[in-house]
Amino acid sequence: MPHDHDEPHSLLPSDPALRVKALETLLTRKGLIDPAAVDEIIDTYENRIGPRNGARVVARAWSDPAFHAALMADATAVVAEMGFYGRQGEHMMAVENTAQQHNMVVCTLCSCYPWPLLGIPPGWYKSDAYRARVVREPRRVLADFGVELPPETSVRVWDSTAEMRYLVIPRRPEGSEGMDEEALMALVSRDSMIGTGLARRP
Amino acid sequence: MTRPEPAFEALWHAQVFALTVHLNEIGQFTWGDWAARFGATLRRHGLARELNGGEDYFAAWLETLEGVLAETGLADSGDVTALRDAWEAAYLRTPHGAPVRLDDAAG
Repeated sequence: MPHDHDEPHSLLPSDPALRVKALETLLTRKGLIDPAAVDEIIDTYENRIGPRNGARVVARAWSDPAFHAALMADATAVVAEMGFYGRQGEHMMAVENTAQQHNMVVCTLCSCYPWPLLGIPPGWYKSDAYRARVVREPRRVLADFGVELPPETSVRVWDSTAEMRYLVIPRRPEGSEGMDEEALMALVSRDSMIGTGLARRP
Repeated sequence: MTRPEPAFEALWHAQVFALTVHLNEIGQFTWGDWAARFGATLRRHGLARELNGGEDYFAAWLETLEGVLAETGLADSGDVTALRDAWEAAYLRTPHGAPVRLDDAAG
């Protein structure tokens, strides 16, 4: 049954979507970019890279002392060996939470983030509210995320750059003794590796 | 495990992100230069209102990329606007469900 009065034409994309298409078309016609490579990057970040990569690093650091020592000494090399390396050649540093110090990560400049380990950052990480407040009042930001630390635990905020990205190693939760790497991974949330959360209790 | 959030809220966010990463990888600009330019755009936008890190974040990203490409002569802003309008016309004349294609003459 004809019903072409319902949808007279294709759904018009938004103005920015049309501008991105225009850039892609122009650069492709000039032979400057390979559209298949662009699609491959989208697929990688939508489907293959995410916080499970970082969770694997954390779970292994919790269970393997030699791995832990190597990770703290040179995270870039250790995670590259696991197949997680920065496409932009950035360095990685692991910062470990202890009873004395809790670590949080921000990028006050823009939104630098350990993509190979955590994927694309959540919206709040890119918001002005988080980027400005976490430096000024980290404990209040933590409270907004439902995290309360003992008063004797200090908070250190690490400001990412294009060259250096940080991965927080959360404290291993009580009750996780004897769990294997796969089981431990399920306790490691994305937020716990940014420092706005804690590892889940089993 | 909780259900993973989608990496990108909108397809064009993913497209402008991937296009930028690709241009960096083929050596059109360093990531350090990109971050500095993008940070400056975010700061400028953030003066007028507080950015929420969603659509406004990628709007700033797109504006930065357009600026970089116009400056380096890789994508003249007049050419980009003409192609944008050609894509809009193509969507408006293509029946729903049919593939949208540019006129060969366009752009």
